Amino acid sequence: MDINQTQITPDSEEAAGIEVPAVKFVGVTKVFGSIIANSDVTMDLRRGEILALLGENGSGKTTLMNMLGGIYYPDSGHIEVDGKEVAIRSPRDSFDLGIGMIHQHFKLIDVFSAIENIALCSPRGEKYSLKATEAKVKEICDKYGFEVNPKQKVYDMSVSEKQTLEIVKVLYRGADILILDEPTAVLTPQEADRLFDVIRNMRNDGKSIIIITHKLHEVLDISDRVTILRKGKYIGTVETKDATELSLTEMMVGDKVELNIARSEPQNVSECVRIEHLTCLNKYGVKALDDVSFTVNNGEILGIAGIAGSGQKELLEAVAGLQKVETGSIVYTDRETGEEHQLVGKNPRQIRDLGVALAFVPEDRLGMGLVGSMGMTGNMLLRSYDKGGHIFTETKEPRRLAEEVKEELGVLTPGIETPVRKLSGGNVQKVLVGREIANAPKVLMTAYAVRGLDINTSYIIYNLLEKEKRQGVAVVYVGEDLDVLLALSDRILVLCGGQISGIVDARTATKQEVGALMTRFKVSREEPAESDVAEDKEAGND
Amino acid sequence: MLESLTSWIVGAVIFGTVIMFGALGEILTEKAGHLNLGVPGLMFIGGFASWAVAFLYESGTDEPSKFLMILLPLLAGFGAAAVAGLLYAFFVTTLRANQNVTGLALTRLGVGIGSFGGMYVLVKSGKSFGKAVNTYDVFAENLHSMFDFPEGSVVEAISRMLLSYGFMVYLAIICAVLIHLFLSKTRPGLNLRSVGENPATADAAGVNVAKYKYLATVVGAGVSGLGGTFYILVFCNGGWSTNNNMEALGWLAVALVIFATWRPLNTIWGSYLFAMLFWAYAYLPGVIGLKVSTPVNDLLQMLPYVVTIVVLIITSTRRNRDNQAPASLGLSYFREDR
Repeated sequence: MDINQTQITPDSEEAAGIEVPAVKFVGVTKVFGSIIANSDVTMDLRRGEILALLGENGSGKTTLMNMLGGIYYPDSGHIEVDGKEVAIRSPRDSFDLGIGMIHQHFKLIDVFSAIENIALCSPRGEKYSLKATEAKVKEICDKYGFEVNPKQKVYDMSVSEKQTLEIVKVLYRGADILILDEPTAVLTPQEADRLFDVIRNMRNDGKSIIIITHKLHEVLDISDRVTILRKGKYIGTVETKDATELSLTEMMVGDKVELNIARSEPQNVSECVRIEHLTCLNKYGVKALDDVSFTVNNGEILGIAGIAGSGQKELLEAVAGLQKVETGSIVYTDRETGEEHQLVGKNPRQIRDLGVALAFVPEDRLGMGLVGSMGMTGNMLLRSYDKGGHIFTETKEPRRLAEEVKEELGVLTPGIETPVRKLSGGNVQKVLVGREIANAPKVLMTAYAVRGLDINTSYIIYNLLEKEKRQGVAVVYVGEDLDVLLALSDRILVLCGGQISGIVDARTATKQEVGALMTRFKVSREEPAESDVAEDKEAGND
Repeated sequence: MLESLTSWIVGAVIFGTVIMFGALGEILTEKAGHLNLGVPGLMFIGGFASWAVAFLYESGTDEPSKFLMILLPLLAGFGAAAVAGLLYAFFVTTLRANQNVTGLALTRLGVGIGSFGGMYVLVKSGKSFGKAVNTYDVFAENLHSMFDFPEGSVVEAISRMLLSYGFMVYLAIICAVLIHLFLSKTRPGLNLRSVGENPATADAAGVNVAKYKYLATVVGAGVSGLGGTFYILVFCNGGWSTNNNMEALGWLAVALVIFATWRPLNTIWGSYLFAMLFWAYAYLPGVIGLKVSTPVNDLLQMLPYVVTIVVLIITSTRRNRDNQAPASLGLSYFREDR
């Protein structure tokens, strides 16, 4: 009785404080080796709201959520669910707390039907009956507006259907806190709209939902509040109704950080690679690059910015001859002879012989660049195995080169014959970049060259690139850190969804401007901005 | 001709039962993602243990009980092979050793233990040849011998084809049906399949991956071991022999798993078909009334393997995902690799 009475009066509600949040992170820190993924993050998720978690690549969004999902455990700080401190040590613990995480990579079993996948994850102690499961699934689907064909095998499903199945699976387990990690990354706009309708239905049913994303229009479209992370730190939370794309971009990219990179003025700039109307498909048959045209110049560093997966990989690989080109042309002009070569249709070997070097640093450097079980000498040999002219491989030169790279770049290794997989990430990177540069390339393309490296090694790489530029090499630097891109590059090309959303002068552009282009909307600056962009265009067409 | 055909089928059912046990055990094991190439070794161990127990029991007891003569060899064969399976499971699950190498090593180990152990028991008992005669009689008891159909009649032939076998032939079929029901109709079956397909997903769903891998491998090894039991106590009339036919049968069992596209029910007809193909060189000339030269005989002995290759080609070109091996077959599972 007392309780009922007190609840009626509005005063008591205030007295009881704000309602207990569904989830609360308190001072959560997570460190991987020397990299701080999350630093002292305190944030909360309210009951029955959609919270967007916004941040650039590497800002620690997914790591933070993985701690809620039981995949990682915080190094310090703690997590509260419904006001109680909890220890989530495994995905199972997470489920038991009513938390359901939908990963970017679906956790489904291909040869199982939809219903079998759901049954696999059914709550402990539930009787095993596919019929009963099916009935319950139908109930969930009707309630929220999902469409699931229970008998369909996962391998026959589209990406969108798989995602729907993942969400239903989580709901079936009784989750009332849902985390969706970049759910629209793999969806068409229509599918994304349908997903949002379902998410709103779930919110209206009292579920609490976190959406990890870096698409601003989606944030504004669907969320109730937005929490912003930057470089692992909590920046702030705003009500979506008070936010604009501009204000969110500013919070996301932050203030400019001055970096001590000695950037020289480009000398003898001339056209090196001209790319016209380039279109490529990714492995799913979706356009990864859509009618892209730009030039790469000798003696200049062209930075390429963009959210991960905007077509950077396909762009570099197309130039290197590793990616099939649908339409468009890539013309390479030799800076000494002035000869023009069409690169489309040539194999990587032919392209490399022209002097186009690709130091590609994908997620794992040892995948495409180096052979992990071989030493430095063996890896150097990969570029010169066909030299020498007799039946035995020529190892003297590679060994000399390995020694040289070790000396000049300060590679820390017990010996040049130590398998490179035993070296730290930074040293592996030095070996890779050192080898590519040693080949005296005329075009040097690097992707995520400093990912995972410490500050000192990063600077060694920056200075190497700068040195190459001064020698007239056309350098392409695909990067993530906007501060570095702005300090190192001469021009920055911004990719968004496989299209060029702008090419800006790195000396005058602001972080906000590039950040905005990455999420495709133009910052309406004052007049000078327009002339800047015009100048850039001219510079690009030089 | 009818006589030839009947003999062929009867021989094939007995021979096929050995393969069926081997394959059923291997299916259970492979459903957990373990490619156990130790099946021939498991059969050797199972066969040796059953024979040794049967031989020692009946030669050491004046009035051997029928019940124990059935129970002891079965337990010994299943148990000894299961222990060997446990060894395999420990290597590949806990130590994450290479499954192929471990399996092949287990085959060599099993053949060695069987051969040595068999010799040892014989020498110890002071006999040059040891036959578990009474146990064979019990294992070979059948319904057919109770009827008195006229020799050479069709009824007699049918009765012989269906009823002339000891209980283990029917036990193998029951095992196939039970394993099928277990895999398709029960939650542990679903969990086991998920472990073999995608252990990370199973783990995330709360399935104890290591437990399932261990249990499936151990029980699977035991079932495979019963193939050896049946081979020695029935096919070899209860006499220990160390010829390597048992090893050939073990490899046939591994091939049968592929042939059956990992479905227990398919092993029932598949094993009989394999055995018919295996014995084609001996019976086929009689059935079609032709004399076949020795080189052709040798070629005919390849038939089961040729058929397996053909089935592999057909199933992989049809790209039917349901007929493929468990997706994580042969791979070790590291929980850290998320």
